[in-house]
Amino acid sequence: MDLNSIYTQLIMEHNKSGHNKRALCNPDVCERGHNPSCGDDITLELKLNGNIIEDASFEGVGCAISQASTSMMIDLIKGKTVDEALEMVEKFLGMIKKEITDEKELEKLGDSIVLQNISNMPARVKCAVLSWHTLKEAVS
Amino acid sequence: MLNFDPEKLKKDFPIFNQEINGRPLIYLDNGATTQKPNQVINEIRRYNETSHGNPHRGAHQLSIRATEEYDNAKEKVKSFINAKSIEEIIFTRNTTESLNLIAYSYGMEFIKENDEIVIAISEHHSNIIPWQKVAKDKNAILKYMYLDEEGRIPIDEIESKITSKTKLVSIAHMSNVLGTIHPIREIIERAHELGAVVVVDGAQSTPHIKVDVQDLNADFYVFSGHKMLAPMGIGVLYGKKELLENMPPFLTGGDMIEYVYEQDATFAPLPFKFEAGTQNVEGAIGLGAAIDYLQSVGLNEIEKYEKFLVEYALNKILDIPYVNIQGPKDLSMRGGIISFTIDDVHPHDISTILDSYGVAVRAGHHCAQPLMRYLELPATARASFYLYNTKEDIDQFIEGIKNVRKWLGYGS
Repeated sequence: MDLNSIYTQLIMEHNKSGHNKRALCNPDVCERGHNPSCGDDITLELKLNGNIIEDASFEGVGCAISQASTSMMIDLIKGKTVDEALEMVEKFLGMIKKEITDEKELEKLGDSIVLQNISNMPARVKCAVLSWHTLKEAVS
Repeated sequence: MLNFDPEKLKKDFPIFNQEINGRPLIYLDNGATTQKPNQVINEIRRYNETSHGNPHRGAHQLSIRATEEYDNAKEKVKSFINAKSIEEIIFTRNTTESLNLIAYSYGMEFIKENDEIVIAISEHHSNIIPWQKVAKDKNAILKYMYLDEEGRIPIDEIESKITSKTKLVSIAHMSNVLGTIHPIREIIERAHELGAVVVVDGAQSTPHIKVDVQDLNADFYVFSGHKMLAPMGIGVLYGKKELLENMPPFLTGGDMIEYVYEQDATFAPLPFKFEAGTQNVEGAIGLGAAIDYLQSVGLNEIEKYEKFLVEYALNKILDIPYVNIQGPKDLSMRGGIISFTIDDVHPHDISTILDSYGVAVRAGHHCAQPLMRYLELPATARASFYLYNTKEDIDQFIEGIKNVRKWLGYGS
């Protein structure tokens, strides 16, 4: 395993920047996601305008992978419709399960594409997918 | 001076004949499970190749041999913890099953409404949840002893929580998170004065320090084989004979009976009353071999050596400003476990990064969520030592620790 393929520059930036880590004013949806075995614990907050995700943020604690993955996901879904966001979730989970490998397909995932290598690290997969599962729970 | 050479002893453990990520395997997750020496692996193989049968059931050679070997393993456990007789030694799957047996059999029978059960906030979930269940079902009260800032149970906490209302105290001999060796002698004395029984969770202590159940005067003492060089799936419940005799069976079925009628049954004498169904015979034999191995080194020697390792590691860690240590600073109160955090880095990342240096440590809440909440920590990383670890292992561990922050983009 090459640590450089896991702790990439982009993941580090998202982990440290915290630009999506804040409380929303009167969110429409608050969904808590938790990995009981390792202690990742996030709350995803969404502000909806009809079917559009107008704003999104998260709070909580977790490892660099879970924090970065959450932040990248939020960048991606802001301004999208709920259905588009759910499509992204499926794409991301497909990438992690190695079911989707076509690069053109994956480009739509924005920064999150750097988490592709996590699929080689079984112990960390649940950190990467936590926020995506949480989003699915939140809007389904 | 040590009477054994850890470097040489390590060669008994074939798992170390491999590299992890291009480096020698440094195994510091002994609090979770330990590795097996050839002496244990070969003994299980010998049993399977020569003596495997179902004990206590047949008149044929293999059943007789399996019975002898199973009983012989129990005899070894008896001597190892200095129980009075093998009637007091029940084989279970693990510490968790032993604790559940006590909770469901002793707890459900003898704990009554408004009785108090006392445990410590540092307990493993396996020593919390069974007592929650008893407390809920019997309308009893579950009380916690809290720790001081160094992870110790203060004497006044023992005195204020264990009272004449207390019917049962259940406490880990050594904390699996903090490494604290709790004052169980004082706890047992206090509880006995007030008429309460004491269950000691010996999962972390039995592999590492000499345990004498008669000297401690513990009513119940439980531990797992797989944390002391034996296979997974074999555990031990020690109980004083007079307590076990008055307890109803936990699991029922084959081998634990005397006479079975259409509507009723009578039960086998101790220890078989608590051993329903075919047991893990090869696990028991592996445990017997593990005990032989540990005794050939000597528990006092092992304890002394682990103290040396902890002191060596702590001295180096305390020099690193961004590493924070949990648990007692006084070495006489701690075993071979170091729980730590690194500023700005989640323990799960610590574990992944150390793994790339070949170093195996545990990260998470260590099955002790109430303790984590009490310490206001989401998780810690934990290094736990055993007799095959060396100074060089710790050097590599420290080298890894010094590199952790760099990988996450922090200066040092």
